Amino acid sequence: MDKLTIAGRSFASRLMVGTGKFASNELMAAALNASGSDIVTVALRRVDIDKPDDDLLAHIDRDRFLLLPNTSGARDAEEAVRLARLARAAGCEPWVKLEVTPDPYYLLPDPIETLKAAEILVKDGFTVLPYINADPVLAKHLQEVGTATVMPLGAPIGTNKGVRTRDSIAIIIEQAIVPVVVDAGLGAPSHAAEAMEMGADAVLVNTALAVTPDPARMAAAFAKGVEAGREAYLAGLGAIKDQAEASSPLTGFLRD
Amino acid sequence: MTFLNEFNQWTPERVQQLIDAAGPAQVEQALANEHLRLMDLAALLSPAAEGYLEQLAQRAHRLTQQRFGKTIQLYAPLYLSNLCCNSCLYCGFNADNQMERRTLSLDEVEAEARILHERGFRHIQLLTGEAPGAVENAYLAAAVQKIRPFFSSISIEVYPMDECGYAQMVAAGVDNLTVYQETYERSLYDELHPYGPKRDFDWRLNAAERGGSAGLRSIGIGALLGLSDWRKEGFYVGLHARYLAKHFWRSRINISFPRLRPADGGFKPLAPVSDAALVQLICVMRLLMPDSALVLSTRESASLRDHLLPLGITQISAGSSTSPGGYGQQAESSQQFAIDDDRDAEEICSMLRAQGYDPVFKDWDRAFLDNSNR
Ligand code: SF4
Repeated sequence: MDKLTIAGRSFASRLMVGTGKFASNELMAAALNASGSDIVTVALRRVDIDKPDDDLLAHIDRDRFLLLPNTSGARDAEEAVRLARLARAAGCEPWVKLEVTPDPYYLLPDPIETLKAAEILVKDGFTVLPYINADPVLAKHLQEVGTATVMPLGAPIGTNKGVRTRDSIAIIIEQAIVPVVVDAGLGAPSHAAEAMEMGADAVLVNTALAVTPDPARMAAAFAKGVEAGREAYLAGLGAIKDQAEASSPLTGFLRD
Repeated sequence: MTFLNEFNQWTPERVQQLIDAAGPAQVEQALANEHLRLMDLAALLSPAAEGYLEQLAQRAHRLTQQRFGKTIQLYAPLYLSNLCCNSCLYCGFNADNQMERRTLSLDEVEAEARILHERGFRHIQLLTGEAPGAVENAYLAAAVQKIRPFFSSISIEVYPMDECGYAQMVAAGVDNLTVYQETYERSLYDELHPYGPKRDFDWRLNAAERGGSAGLRSIGIGALLGLSDWRKEGFYVGLHARYLAKHFWRSRINISFPRLRPADGGFKPLAPVSDAALVQLICVMRLLMPDSALVLSTRESASLRDHLLPLGITQISAGSSTSPGGYGQQAESSQQFAIDDDRDAEEICSMLRAQGYDPVFKDWDRAFLDNSNR
């Protein structure tokens, strides 16, 4: 079937879920289950990896989900690399969602530090999934240093604004040689569907699930949005009729 | 993954199936998509798309003007040698053909270069046959260095080299590489190249990416039209172009559309390509690769070239000679193929201006490559 493959590993679901901002760990666990997701990101700064009974981790079924530690909170490459190595030393798989966000207001990713950290972590044997602004050239540089995906933002984290960076994401998708995961800003299942219709390989959602009164129900709705968008992309969207401009025929000479 | 891996997954049967499966619905879908998927490429190359030729042309035209404006870049070929140890059945330089063989001395190269420079050309393409031992990297590099003062851009269309060889060319001052696969159909390729080093299909196929790895700024590919079914060849050229554009994203990808011309040896096209087919192919390539240079040589007639220009072409050669030393001589002999459009640069420029285009002779500067002034 149409599986998502990242760094040689296949996943049935194309929806990734974040774990921040939930009102309780129980609501979070219910949302994760309802999402059908295979990949769950966790902010390293929030968990006590050394303690297996850490409250947050205890609510994530690690046999079912790939736990993708993220480096949120890191302000530069050095901090991000340190966090990633700590997670690995504590027994996590060497997969990391790389986030370097020095700006505490919009949490926008720093392209220069992200690239630096990605290069170091790839060389260090990590499977790196970098969170970036929707910058096609940066995406290419990251692919070149060996990241396993690129994760451009649709809109700033937590804004629920949808795919505001649409044109740039379209270019990234067109040119990518690794999976493109649209991350951040998706506030409604229709946003997720839109990203998938455009040809994104997966999406990641967190706030949209965490802040609704019924996270599990919203997670299920997102799962459907992702699936619908993917199916539509594979089927090929109906043509939007592009009326030809009135201009003289260009192929008339073939009949002369 | 190299292109060879991807290419091997697309057997001619699989490509044919995709093309055959396309009907009007797929063609309309493909025409509406901003970025073509591989199935769209197949649909637009299919017989079903023939009924949409004018729409295809209009879209290719709009896209080209959007990306390139009304400019056409001019270049001239310069044949350095017709020595060849290969036996390509379709080529006038075929080792079996009796002809006067010569390789220009560096002084002769300079003399030819001066003539082309005086005619206004600043983009030049150097061509040779394939004669290891006689015409090799060191000679080419020396020729490039000799003519550097006359040209801003130097392109090579020669035997495939290894990555070191291409790096040597970049260091000498070459910025563009052209290497045609001739045909992407392996079995036919074998038949058409009975002996000589060119028989190595895979080595040739991966030449473009070796050039990309060596840092060439633009890479030209194409199929020799008339050897095999143009629809399948078009699909493979598109597959190749897309791969190169994704992996060597700093380089521009150029696509050429050489149609087989009469040559010594009397080879007849095995799968003739009509004018309408050529139009379809050029338009589809424009839709697939909106920012690629599409190149048309003087193999085509003057009137056809004039009509093809608005469909997506961005580079043309002019006043070409296809024999070594041909620019300095009166009567040409032993040419690689017969040209059709024999207008000189001036005539081509007036035609372009009459059609509302600006002829561009210089669109690149050696300073990008030169480090002598650092
Ligand atoms: S196509 Fe090239 S290699 Fe083949 S015979 Fe002609 S000059 Fe030689």
